[in-house]
Amino acid sequence: MSTASLLKASGLYKNFGGVQAITNLSFELSQGELLGLIGPNGSGKTTAVNLITGFVKPTEGEIHYRGRNITAWPPYKVVRLGIARTFQMVKPFYQLPAYKNMIIPLYSPRVKQRVGGKFGDRDAVALDLLEEVGFERDSFVAYKTASVLPQGYLKRLELAKAIALQPDLFILDELFSGLSLAEVAGIVPIIEKLRQNGKTIIMIEHRLKELFRIADRILVLNYGEKIAEGKADTVMESDVVKKAYLGSE
Amino acid sequence: MKKRKERIDRGIKARSGDIFALSSWREMLYLAAPRLIPLVGFLLLPLILGPYWQKVLLSVAVFALLAISWDILAQTGMVSLGQALFFGMGAYTSGTLNFYLGWHPLIAIPIASVVGGLICTVFLLPVLRLRGIYFSMVTLIIPLMLVRVVEATKIFGGTEGLSGIASLPSKWIELYLIMGVLTAALFGFRRMMGSDYGLILKGISDNDRSVMNAGINIYWFKTQALFISSCIGAFSGAFMTHVYMFVGMPVFALDYSILPIAAAVVGGPGTLAGATLGAFILVPLSEILRGIGGLRIVFYGLFLVVFIVALPEGIFHYVQSKYHQFERWVEVE
Repeated sequence: MSTASLLKASGLYKNFGGVQAITNLSFELSQGELLGLIGPNGSGKTTAVNLITGFVKPTEGEIHYRGRNITAWPPYKVVRLGIARTFQMVKPFYQLPAYKNMIIPLYSPRVKQRVGGKFGDRDAVALDLLEEVGFERDSFVAYKTASVLPQGYLKRLELAKAIALQPDLFILDELFSGLSLAEVAGIVPIIEKLRQNGKTIIMIEHRLKELFRIADRILVLNYGEKIAEGKADTVMESDVVKKAYLGSE
Repeated sequence: MKKRKERIDRGIKARSGDIFALSSWREMLYLAAPRLIPLVGFLLLPLILGPYWQKVLLSVAVFALLAISWDILAQTGMVSLGQALFFGMGAYTSGTLNFYLGWHPLIAIPIASVVGGLICTVFLLPVLRLRGIYFSMVTLIIPLMLVRVVEATKIFGGTEGLSGIASLPSKWIELYLIMGVLTAALFGFRRMMGSDYGLILKGISDNDRSVMNAGINIYWFKTQALFISSCIGAFSGAFMTHVYMFVGMPVFALDYSILPIAAAVVGGPGTLAGATLGAFILVPLSEILRGIGGLRIVFYGLFLVVFIVALPEGIFHYVQSKYHQFERWVEVE
């Protein structure tokens, strides 16, 4: 096992039919780091996440987590190793109350091992976790059906579902999209708290300003290829990135 | 003295939510009635009915079980068009155990329920990954294929079937066995679907990626739901074999696939109680219409259409919401 690297992707390729979604993508991630994954629309950010989490199998290349080859593992096994993701499009179980949405991650074998939750107890654990992400306990908001919750709370719920799995690596797919500045400001402290607890995070974001404030390192994708990697300010200065975002000329 | 109307369920719900603080027998009755009515009904019906309607009751209960079995699968996101597969597999297993090995029906039936359920699960295991209409198509085709297999290979009596299968010791054992199993299945599986385990199953039908993303192997859970459902179906088949004292190709008939779906849809899918209610309406209805003769199926079809158009959410959901809307007059100071 290589010393510092938690996650290592090497030479990833993915074609969907004739479309080359990911081309020769390699990167490493060390424990406790916050990596920002950015790029124009359709640049392959979500595909990259899908490759890591097993929702999509790579055409070529390998993914190692803690020195273990997890290439093409099914998603549920990847989660059990301690990688949890959120989805860009939140899809809660709309007809259930928010806290009941938490039962599903709390039922997973990974949590069972650690918490030992049984039927009934899970409700209490769910309410605790939701309080952590800002469902105020005295406001009944955790008891409301997911279908009536505003987008900000749905994103928090999505984050709480990932936290419930007690992962070491979080992959947050456009957590801030569709949120107001105030709502983003409410979620940033939760992410900072995760970092203080030594969690490693990959964030896909279009909200660059907010991302650059918290990210250690930025990786830029364009047409499925890595075009830049490094500190936020140096990356954004580079010509290739400017070109990708603003077009040539 | 002024009076106003008040919904009676809210106060009772509030008082019975966390701590049980019901004081009056009327409130307890309000809560218990929806459970007591079917329970007492299942217990008394065999005693009240005459011999002909007792036979009808057997087939009502069998179709209710098939509808419950369909509903459990449907709630897990697998819409089956082949309940006949489960029914037929249970029927042939129990028939074979009794005919060739001479096992007593009361031993053959439970064994056939589990073994038949296992065989069906193994049959459908390869297509568990299919979703929606693709899964449905396969479940529709397999029983039709099995009929031809029996016909062509002449196994288990071929087109003649196996006759002379032992019946259950008495009519009363027959009646109370099936009513007992129906009660257990209805209340037991309703409780199961309301538990955290049931939540996972329903989650799979709602959004399977999200469930997978929670570290849960959805195929393992789907297999379990399939096994539960096929065991219920296999039991009803095994039971009917010993009622008819015959097993043959008709056990794979389309009736056993379609009628349970109609029952669940008319009664209200997603509750199991609706499926049971649907069977208790549709099967007797079909018996009553028998007197009409040739146009029976037409009238039956009309009834189905009327039910579905008038109460698209199902009778049970309608009755349930009306029950919660009961009001009483209270005095206003």
